[in-house]
Amino acid sequence: MATHEVTFPITDEREILKLRAGDEVTVQGHIIGIRDRTQIRIFDQGVEPPMDLRGAFLLHTAPNVRKVAEGKYEKLCIGTTTSARMVRFTEPLGAQYGVRGICGKGGFPDEAIEPMQKLGMVYFAIVGGAAALETTQIEEIEEVAWEELMPECLWKFRVKDFGPLTVGIDAHGGSLYHDVQAAAQEKLKELYARL
Amino acid sequence: MSAVATDLQHAVEDAAAYLYVWALKDIPQDLRDALAEAQKRETSVPGQRVLSTIIKNVGIADDEKNLVCQDTGIAVYTCRVGEHFPLHPTRIYEALKHGTERATVEHPLRSNAVHTITRENTGPNTGYRLPIVHWEFIPDWDGLDVKCVPKGSGSENMSFLKMCVPADGVKGIKQFVLESIVGAGGKPCPPGIVGVGIGGSADYAMYLAKEAIARPIGTRNQDPIVAELEDELYGLLNETGIGPMGLGGDVTVLQCHIEHADTHMTLNPVAVNYQCWAARRASAHISADGDIDYDREA
Repeated sequence: MATHEVTFPITDEREILKLRAGDEVTVQGHIIGIRDRTQIRIFDQGVEPPMDLRGAFLLHTAPNVRKVAEGKYEKLCIGTTTSARMVRFTEPLGAQYGVRGICGKGGFPDEAIEPMQKLGMVYFAIVGGAAALETTQIEEIEEVAWEELMPECLWKFRVKDFGPLTVGIDAHGGSLYHDVQAAAQEKLKELYARL
Repeated sequence: MSAVATDLQHAVEDAAAYLYVWALKDIPQDLRDALAEAQKRETSVPGQRVLSTIIKNVGIADDEKNLVCQDTGIAVYTCRVGEHFPLHPTRIYEALKHGTERATVEHPLRSNAVHTITRENTGPNTGYRLPIVHWEFIPDWDGLDVKCVPKGSGSENMSFLKMCVPADGVKGIKQFVLESIVGAGGKPCPPGIVGVGIGGSADYAMYLAKEAIARPIGTRNQDPIVAELEDELYGLLNETGIGPMGLGGDVTVLQCHIEHADTHMTLNPVAVNYQCWAARRASAHISADGDIDYDREA
């Protein structure tokens, strides 16, 4: 299990292909906050997102913020939500907008493995609930769009040493979640036999 | 309302406002100890990474006076109301609601409450039938205990109910708890507290499961038969290998708590309610005079 540092948005696909399930990653640069309603607007209501998502790293979040000026927000507490609810957006995010990284907590089910492999995308597992730490790694909220969806807007954050993250699903068909679940199902048979 | 009742209502409101924020920032010692213990026994690399990040996060929340987790949850309160406490529960409820609103506006906290169909925000973490209050009435006493348990949605979404039949027996209960926690994987932010409610009726079993997650970690059911089941399930759940944040490992749960009720001869309900590793709770003991004694560990 290797350790990497990756800067987003990425311009070189090799940055994604070097990552393997289980590896530790620290992220630098810019990341985009996105959530259920944001993606429902893009894909179900067909509204073009007003931010460039090419090579982007998306974070499943709805931050606690304080408004300081028109269109300007200060961070209060920023953490990460459960990803599985939003798995169906994986393929179009990669295919239509060129997203390369999705970060959330709890993982994606197996239906994400194939599109992530096909489109060169990675799922990064963050520690759910570790928002106090995450907040210190977000240097600034640089942009916000769709404020009427507050707090499920489209956010652009500048980060420093964001992590540690674990590669949950890599771009080679590897998924830690699949492996853990398969082993647990086998284990359950053994446990049931003991009851 | 009498002056005494007005003052008491203010005291309960102050307590609720304080408890909601306090619970979100300063997790109880028994939880800190359980997380430290979990880090000692975890052997997987991703599991170690998760647990050390969690412990670091708790320290940063202390230092920066920030929330441990961004999900301010829905405010759930458990109230133990003494028979002679001089404020009626209708007014206690009103005070809890106002306190929740005040905390949300004054801190400020993210407001999560929405209409369940329109999904429109209903206000500062309050709304129709929000906050949620569990009531218990205590004879021959004039005090009030309030416990605030902000409940995050990641773990609440991993709630499960099965109406086992009597022929499924205790084995059916154990299997259902195991399959629920394995199926939930990393989604409810493990390792946390698995609350199990057994007996009663369908609705009451889930109510009991919620009571179970609000208990201090590692406390045991007073009925030795149920306590034995808690020990057994705790051991079995940690053999599943789901691990911290579902990334694989030795520590899948910090504890398993069970609450039970007697039931119908043809019923065998089992409900599972999960509480994430940030198992937030904070309590206050309020006297009939309105004195408030805050208690992080109750």
